[in-house]
Amino acid sequence: MAKKGEWVRIHKVVLPAAERTAKIPEDTKNVDFEMWVKGTLQNETAEIGEEVTIITATGREEVGKLLEVNPYYTHSYGKFVPEIVEIDKQLREIMQFGGEN
Amino acid sequence: MKLAKDYNSVMGRSAEIMKASLGLDFNDFESGSVAFDYEGLMTATGYTIEEIDKIQSRTGVGHTPLLELRNITALARKYAKPGYGARILVKDEAANASGSFKDRRAACAVAHAKKLGYKGVIAATSGNYGAAVASQAAMQGMKCIIVQECYDSKGVGQPEIVEKARKCEALGAEVIQLTVGPELFYEHLSVMEDSGYFNASLYSPFGIAGVETLGYEIAMDCRERFGKDPAMVVCTQAGGGMVTGTARGLIKAGAENTEVVAASIDLTGLHMASDVQFNKKSCTTGHTGFGVPHATNPDTGDVPRSAARPLRYMDRYVTTTQGEVMYMTEMLANLEGLERGPAGNTALAAAFSLAQELPEDEILVVTETEYTGAGKHIQPQLDFARENGIEIFFGNPDQDEPGKNIVLPENPGVFKVKELSLDKMRKSLIKRSVPRAAGKLTAEDIAFLVVDTRSDEAFVKAALDELGVEY
Repeated sequence: MAKKGEWVRIHKVVLPAAERTAKIPEDTKNVDFEMWVKGTLQNETAEIGEEVTIITATGREEVGKLLEVNPYYTHSYGKFVPEIVEIDKQLREIMQFGGEN
Repeated sequence: MKLAKDYNSVMGRSAEIMKASLGLDFNDFESGSVAFDYEGLMTATGYTIEEIDKIQSRTGVGHTPLLELRNITALARKYAKPGYGARILVKDEAANASGSFKDRRAACAVAHAKKLGYKGVIAATSGNYGAAVASQAAMQGMKCIIVQECYDSKGVGQPEIVEKARKCEALGAEVIQLTVGPELFYEHLSVMEDSGYFNASLYSPFGIAGVETLGYEIAMDCRERFGKDPAMVVCTQAGGGMVTGTARGLIKAGAENTEVVAASIDLTGLHMASDVQFNKKSCTTGHTGFGVPHATNPDTGDVPRSAARPLRYMDRYVTTTQGEVMYMTEMLANLEGLERGPAGNTALAAAFSLAQELPEDEILVVTETEYTGAGKHIQPQLDFARENGIEIFFGNPDQDEPGKNIVLPENPGVFKVKELSLDKMRKSLIKRSVPRAAGKLTAEDIAFLVVDTRSDEAFVKAALDELGVEY
C-alpha cells in the first residue's frame, strides 16, 4: 500500500486507440496512446492499480493509475556482447599497439 | 472559464499556444505564401554570435576541445590510396555541461526564456536535448518539463531513451513519458498551455543560433593550429540543427570553402511512428528516419517555421549503418581512449570513409561527441537489439537490413558511406512547400525555394513544371 507523500509513478491512457489520429501506421492506431509520469502521492492511501492524484516535480497535478511506489531505473550496461571483444582484438592487432607480437 | 482539453480543442488552439509559448509571432515573417523571411526570423533572436558565446560560456557550454584522432587517422590511411587520408579531428562536445552539443541550443533558449520572464521551460525530445534543457534550467533557476516518446505499447523502452529520462530527472526536470506516435504534440501543447512555460523548441531561432558558435570555433581553432580551414566538416543529421547551425557559424567565420557533409544512419524501411518497429531500431537518433524528413519538410515540428533548414547548407548527404557506428564507437574508445555515446559517432563513422577521399594534408572535422552511460552505450544497445530478435554478425555493411540485422564491419576497410541524392530531396522539399501557396507561386516564392533548396531558378522551375504547378 502507498501512503500520502510517497514518490510514485502513475500511468494514464491519454487517447484510447479509437481516438487516435489517422496519419499513423495500423499497428500504432490499434493501441492506446499512453503516458507515464512521477510525483508525490496526494491520496491518504492507495493500492497499486487504483486511480490516484499526484503532484509532479514542477508542481503540476496529474491523475492516473498507481503503477509503482519508490520507482527506480533498471537500465544497465547490458549483458555481455562477445563481438565487442572481437572488435577490440582486431583493432589492436592491425595497429600493433605495444609493438609486434 | 476552464478550457476544453480534448484532442481537437487543444490542436485547434495550437497557433495561439505556440505564439504565447515562444514570445514570438511567426506571422511577422510570413509572406502569406510559400516564402517567409528566414534571415529575418534568425536575426529576431537579437543575439550576435559574441553575445551567444558569452551566454554559453557563463554556463559551461562551448569552447570544447578539438581533438586530433591520430590513431584513427593512421588506420584510415591504411585503406586509402597513397597520399590520401585527411587528418581527422573531433569536437569533443561531450565536454559541455550536460554532455552534448545540445547544450549550445538549450543555453540560448533558456536564457531567452528567462529574459522574457517565463517561469519554466518545456521541450519535446527523446534525445540529449532534454538533459541540456534540464541542465540549463537548473543553472538559470527555472522549472523544466521534458516530454519524451519513450515506450512501445508493451511498455518497453529503448535503453538509450530510458537513460536520457534518468538524466533529465537527475537534473531536476519533470519527465512525461509517452508511447509512440505523433500525438506527442498534443500532450506537449496541452502541458505548454496549462503551465505557461516557454517552448524551448529544438527548431526555434534561439536554438539554432546557439549552434553557430560550434562552426565558428571549428574554423578559428583550425586556423590557429593548422593555418587553414578544414576541407570538410561532417555533421550528424537528425533534426537539421547541427548542419544548419554549424554551417552558419562556418560562414560567419569566413570559412566559405569548407565542404559541409551531413551524415545519418540508414534506417530505410523502418516507420518512425510504428509501435511494432519502434524497438527494432538500435539507435534512437542520428538516423534517416529523422534526417530525411527534416531536410525535405522542415516546417513540421513544434514551431510554425523551423529555423533548422539543413538543405540550405549541406554540400553532400551521406549515410552509414548502425553496425558501422557501433564499431566506430568501440574504435574511438580502444584506439583513442575516448569512451563516448554511440549516436554522436554517426558523423565519425562516415568521416572514417570520407577522410579517405581527401589528401593527407587536408583537415576533416567531425562536429561532435556525446556522453555515454548505462543504456547509452554499445553493449546495452546491442544486447537490447539481440533480445528484440535483431541478428548481429560481422560482414560487409552492404548486407545491412535495418530492423533485421546489425552488420558489424568485418574489418575497417569495409567502412563506406552511401550518397543520398540531394536533387531528389530538393524536389521533395519543393513539392511539400507548394500547398502553402494561395494560388500561383510568386517570384518571391521561387527565389525563396532557390535558397531553401540551394539550387537555382531553372531547377526550381523545372521541379514545379514536373508537378504541374503554376507560377
